[in-house]
Amino acid sequence: MSDLVATALGMIVYALIIFGFLALFALVAVYLERKISGHIQDRLGPMRVGWHGMLQTIADTLKLLFKEDIIPANADRLLFKMAPYVLFVGTYLVFAVLPFGPGLIGADLNIGAFYIVAVSSLVVIGMIMAGYSSNNKWSLYGGMRSAAQIVSYEIPVGLSLLIGVMMTSSLNLTRIVDAQIVGLGGMDGIFGWNFIQNPFAFLAFWVYVVAGTAEANRTPFDLPESESELVAGAFTEYSGMRWAFFFLAEYANMWVVSVLGAIVFLGGWHSPIPGEDVIPGMLWFLFKVFTIVFLQIWARWTFPRLRVDQLMVTCWKYLTPIAFANVIGVGLWILLF
Amino acid sequence: MTLQEIHSLLEQEFGQSILELSEEEFNEYILLESKDWFEIATFLRNTPELYFNSLKCLTGVDYGPKEELMEVVYDLFSMEHRHHLTVKIQGPREEFHVPSVEFLWRTADWHEREAYDMFGIIFDGHRYLKRLLLPDDWEGFPLKKDYEVQEYYHGIRVPKIKPKKLTP
Amino acid sequence: MRDLHTEEMTINMGPQHPSTHGVLRLRLRTDGEVVTGIEPVLGYLHRCFEKHSENLEYPGVIPFVDRCDYLAAMNNDHGYAMAIEKLLGIEIPERVEYLRIIFAELQRIASHLVAFGTFGLDVGAFTPFLYAFREREMILDLFEMTCGARLLYNYIWVGGLSHDIQPGFVEKTYNFLDHFEPKIQEYNSLLTNNKIFIERTADVGVLPAEVAINYGVTGPQLRASGVDWDLRRDEPYSIYDRFDWDVILGSEKVGVLGDCWNRYYVKILEMQESAKIIRQALDDLPVDGDVQEAIPRKIRPPKGSFYFRSENPRGELGYYIISDGGTKPFRVKMRSPALCNLSVIDEIGSGWLVADIVAILGSLDIVLGEIDR
Repeated sequence: MSDLVATALGMIVYALIIFGFLALFALVAVYLERKISGHIQDRLGPMRVGWHGMLQTIADTLKLLFKEDIIPANADRLLFKMAPYVLFVGTYLVFAVLPFGPGLIGADLNIGAFYIVAVSSLVVIGMIMAGYSSNNKWSLYGGMRSAAQIVSYEIPVGLSLLIGVMMTSSLNLTRIVDAQIVGLGGMDGIFGWNFIQNPFAFLAFWVYVVAGTAEANRTPFDLPESESELVAGAFTEYSGMRWAFFFLAEYANMWVVSVLGAIVFLGGWHSPIPGEDVIPGMLWFLFKVFTIVFLQIWARWTFPRLRVDQLMVTCWKYLTPIAFANVIGVGLWILLF
Repeated sequence: MTLQEIHSLLEQEFGQSILELSEEEFNEYILLESKDWFEIATFLRNTPELYFNSLKCLTGVDYGPKEELMEVVYDLFSMEHRHHLTVKIQGPREEFHVPSVEFLWRTADWHEREAYDMFGIIFDGHRYLKRLLLPDDWEGFPLKKDYEVQEYYHGIRVPKIKPKKLTP
Repeated sequence: MRDLHTEEMTINMGPQHPSTHGVLRLRLRTDGEVVTGIEPVLGYLHRCFEKHSENLEYPGVIPFVDRCDYLAAMNNDHGYAMAIEKLLGIEIPERVEYLRIIFAELQRIASHLVAFGTFGLDVGAFTPFLYAFREREMILDLFEMTCGARLLYNYIWVGGLSHDIQPGFVEKTYNFLDHFEPKIQEYNSLLTNNKIFIERTADVGVLPAEVAINYGVTGPQLRASGVDWDLRRDEPYSIYDRFDWDVILGSEKVGVLGDCWNRYYVKILEMQESAKIIRQALDDLPVDGDVQEAIPRKIRPPKGSFYFRSENPRGELGYYIISDGGTKPFRVKMRSPALCNLSVIDEIGSGWLVADIVAILGSLDIVLGEIDR
């Protein structure tokens, strides 16, 4: 009996730690985004709150906590309140199998990659609920577009992750990382990483980055919440903590995409320099993840956004066929070499 | 083509409707009667020698209760031949009907609506003659010389401001 | 299975919206995402300019005229001042003419920069907006140096100018031009040649030349449809005929004639031409002369009525002025280019997606102050 209680308590503590980590990451990511966007746009970003604006996000969170909770008069109250949580749950469930470093993983499932792709589709329901329940035609547009987009882009994402699975012959994330110790020409370091093992894997890495950005609803694919057209798309009517939850979910998504990219393609927590093991693996891991996060932030402030039908064309006519070709190519490569 | 030539061409075709030709500097216009205006406008736009394909401006003017006159001024221009023409149509201050030319020059669509909005000039044949700049339920026509602001609008008191002498 | 019954939805791109460039309300009838009809509802910024002008003396109308198209205030002043000067028959001193051209062209660059920046913002590119405003700040500094105001100047008076330029102005303007001309290459590489931007704007909202002339569209929007018409060259006013510059037309380089990309690109190239004109004017600027010597004491034009037009950054700005011989105008009607430009949106916007309406509206470059007066 106490065994059960201990396990249950352990699980709750673990879940809270992950949640705390997510909040911390959102803090850092928002600050990074504002600073990087500021410097790209030839200005400085937040400078006053704390040294060079470091405490800005904390101040913003405090403000959001105290904001009035406004629900539109004719909105569907239950769906309106549930939507942020459903969205967040869809992203949060992925964290059960996501490693944070060597040996730091919640549940080392043997079907880790498959579980991730399956569970992350829950966010679509949250988006549609948010768009529909706001009783606002613009939110409806945003919700519909978002559903179409997320469902479509899951395919290139899944296919690209399949490349890593094929090269390792396992769905287990830890084993995928460990298989990248030794690679080209028997050398370790960067030559072990999946993305340069063969040209198809390299292509698959870039397909993954593009499709992952679309999954995370970032520009140039941020039509669901395009600021200039739909005010805030599906999230127009949300304010205060409910909106903060959506925001948290968006940054959690960014983290998930980047971590998967680092694990499957960039060698996880192995260092790029052959034979070096002084710097702990966790630092390399964070470095790779933040590189992909930086790529996503950089793309957001440089490119205009795609129209909804161009988005669909990009996915179905370009990314998906390329992803399929990659799968076949990698398969043949493994067979022959 | 000069104003004289255009005037003589119009007089040949429409004789009765052409009332006056004025050629003083800063006052060049042809005054027309309103009833044949749509046919004259079609003639002005479609005849190859004239070919007025651009309506530069459509203005409503109110001369005040003393002269009891209101007019509509059309400034036409031909982009091919590069000649100008000003056409005026005059009428009474109440119930001033003018045939609409918004079908010929689409510029006139919104300009006629604005003239209706500000002066109360009714353009017959306009497909959608509604107020343009003021709310649909506003009373009165503001640019008329004897316009009095309405007392209340939807329960809000409209303040009466006397025009002050702004320059000594 | 019963046939699915789909209805058209009427949505409101309301007066408060991030990309309607002011308080404009568009009622869109949509079938899914495809727009089948657009009805603009105007009047949210109506300030009865024409009624006010009947109670003011002729020079007193100039601040009001500024506030109509607040992004191109110098050009508004210029048009009105020239109209009254023509009525009075005043001769303007050389120095005043050159200075007026310099300020009008600087204002044209500033206005096109705003159009360029906000168009990028509408399409989703956040960064060109800040780059455009960085350059515009330099122009506004030049204006502030001369007449003390950044946005609404009351600078070009009937017969002259309100202030003479400060010492150091000419050099600062040369510095600005040297800094600005390479920046256009930067804008081109950031936005103009960007594949995503081209996909969003090329072939979208095509405006044929005949339709444009019929609707009264003028300015860069008309030239992008291939019509070779620029008032500065074809009906020259002030001293524009002394300068050497090209009229920019739309091209079929990317997309078709008259699409959003062309309307945008014509503005970028026009900025280059304006910079050329400013350089030539600065080189030939007469050194001495009083800018206020030709200003008449009392403005009492003869009786008459006429229409005068000039080239605003947005198109043909016309003033129809009726004078009854007194010191106050009898009627001032402002023919605003943005009103005619906006009226064409139902014609060219139908059949496109909602996201394209935003792009088309941005490319038409409207200012609500001018539409509603």
